[in-house]
Amino acid sequence: MSARTWNVAGLALVGVIGLVAMIGLPQWLELSSLLDVTVYLILAILALSLAVVWGYGGILCFGQSAFFGLGAYAYAIAMFNIGESTIPFVLAIALPAAFAALLGYFMFYGRISDVYLGVITLTVTLILFNAVNSTAGPEYRIGEARLGGFNGIPSIPPLNWPGVPDSALDLNDLFYVSIVLLLAVYFGLRWLLVSRFGRVMVAIRENEQRTGFLGYDARLYKLGTFALGGALAGLAGCLFANWGAFVSPTIFGLGQSAQIIIWVIVGGRGTLIGPVVGCIAIQWLTAYLGSAQLSKASLTQIVGPTVANVLSSTLGIADFSNTNLVLGAVLLAFVLLVPRGVMPTLRDLVRLPFARRRPARDLVPDKAEGTT
Amino acid sequence: MDLVLVLVIQVLFAMASLALISVGLAVIFGMMRVINLAHGEFLMLGGYSAIVANQHGINLWIAMLVVAPLVVGAIGVLVERTLIRFLYGRMIDTMLATWGLSLFLIGLITGIFGNTTVGISAPLGGMAIGNYRTSIYGLVVIAITAVLLVAIYLVLRHTRVGLLARGTMQNPNMAAALGLSPPKVYAVTFGVGAALSGLAGALIAPISGVFPTIGIAYIAKAFITVIGGGAAILSGTVTAAALFGAIQEVATYFTTPVFGVVITLAAAIVLIRLLPQGITGRFFKRWL
Repeated sequence: MSARTWNVAGLALVGVIGLVAMIGLPQWLELSSLLDVTVYLILAILALSLAVVWGYGGILCFGQSAFFGLGAYAYAIAMFNIGESTIPFVLAIALPAAFAALLGYFMFYGRISDVYLGVITLTVTLILFNAVNSTAGPEYRIGEARLGGFNGIPSIPPLNWPGVPDSALDLNDLFYVSIVLLLAVYFGLRWLLVSRFGRVMVAIRENEQRTGFLGYDARLYKLGTFALGGALAGLAGCLFANWGAFVSPTIFGLGQSAQIIIWVIVGGRGTLIGPVVGCIAIQWLTAYLGSAQLSKASLTQIVGPTVANVLSSTLGIADFSNTNLVLGAVLLAFVLLVPRGVMPTLRDLVRLPFARRRPARDLVPDKAEGTT
Repeated sequence: MDLVLVLVIQVLFAMASLALISVGLAVIFGMMRVINLAHGEFLMLGGYSAIVANQHGINLWIAMLVVAPLVVGAIGVLVERTLIRFLYGRMIDTMLATWGLSLFLIGLITGIFGNTTVGISAPLGGMAIGNYRTSIYGLVVIAITAVLLVAIYLVLRHTRVGLLARGTMQNPNMAAALGLSPPKVYAVTFGVGAALSGLAGALIAPISGVFPTIGIAYIAKAFITVIGGGAAILSGTVTAAALFGAIQEVATYFTTPVFGVVITLAAAIVLIRLLPQGITGRFFKRWL
């Protein structure tokens, strides 16, 4: 089958799964489980924001959580001041996009190398974390909204339908909004990637200099990609603030940034569905570890008594359900062993039996193709 | 007058501690072009090594100046052999892998020591300057940093080991052709960088205490110092530490410590925009 057939098949599959989930999940699941699923969907939008910036734009942003947090805070603060969610919703997308554009101007027009770019985005996240964390006093307020510092902002009002302040969304509605927005973002990005802008974006990732010689201003395209990533992360942040009705500075934290990177690298760079799958899988795993409280007894079942004894007696580790430990190990394992991520590897496995003849070796890896 | 003296000491201390926490990272980045995002955790491990050794009855100074660098240096060699060596030339992957290592170490240490702050009180007590008091230990840290920087300069510039290391970094193939083993040099260099980080972490431990996530507090500062400094290991670290240390103390004096750090980091981003190659990319080019 040709690459085009595969692309159409992939798109159709995602569409069908999305529709089934949208109609089926509210009927199959309790409200509490539906709430868990909702946050996975919201975080999946966040994963997509980095998937496009890093996987297709080739910009390794270590601080995607900065835009996520800005979106959440912008929504919360605007909501307390305005009370009707149309403008806060727009602000939650526009402000992170503008901030990303400003930061992108510094980085891309300064012609900073990839590595420094990673460090700068990391630094920006830490700046925001430190700054917002220290605004606990009552003197730090924007209009009606107290910033709350490390305490965060509680009881954020929910979204309402545009122009109808009384029609606040309940948790069921939030699920529908989240899944519709996730599907919209996914298909929107698929469309973007086959548009002129997307083609140039991928060309810049492959060879920035050559694309420049062809007459495209790489800096401008990278700035656009980065701002788009900021906008999507802000959208996710806005929904996230809705989901818990609460934001705190940990949203800017390094842990949050690391998670986004891990979703993308586990799912697969250069795909869109991969980071979504990676996000949901990793979130499920950390939630499971958090609730399961892996004790020595359950560890014994998993790795055998010897290893469990060594771990608990020599190292004195009592609590094995440590999110950092697991995330760190997952990240290390994937960088070293499965650097392409799960979905590209799976995709090749699925396609193998259908290939007319087994390709000896990819002489020129065609990364733009097969964007499932 | 007394106030001026105290402020000068504070600014000097800010500069020295920046240089101290950055120099291990600068050695690893400057010599090997490896961005070690687990640098903060090497500092943290240094602090824990010193405190645990001290709790087992080892003299505090020996624990800080000998045990911590040795332990973290050994961990550094282990990390280089099991992790970094597979990733040379793949800078982005190195960053990701060391970030994974960073999370892993935070998790491991949280599992062992718990998520609490362990402290040792700063030795040597205080000293009166007119109406103000300052800690003698702060002065000792400044002195140790100065000695350390001079020692690194002398080793790199005037010893055979330093020459071999610099030669390998400049041209590994030529070094190999002359009978040297670049992998060994890389392992040792990474170990030395880790040992320096361990020493720094141990020296800072009495001031700030140690807890599993302490590395996060230092990593941004260390990175802006190294990147702001640019390619030259020593002159870069010293000039950037001096600049950012001064900015941080002045900003802290007029606002709060938190905003002092925020303003410093923001200033660093502006500096990198103006001098993408760092300070030594424009000035002091020929220096070490």
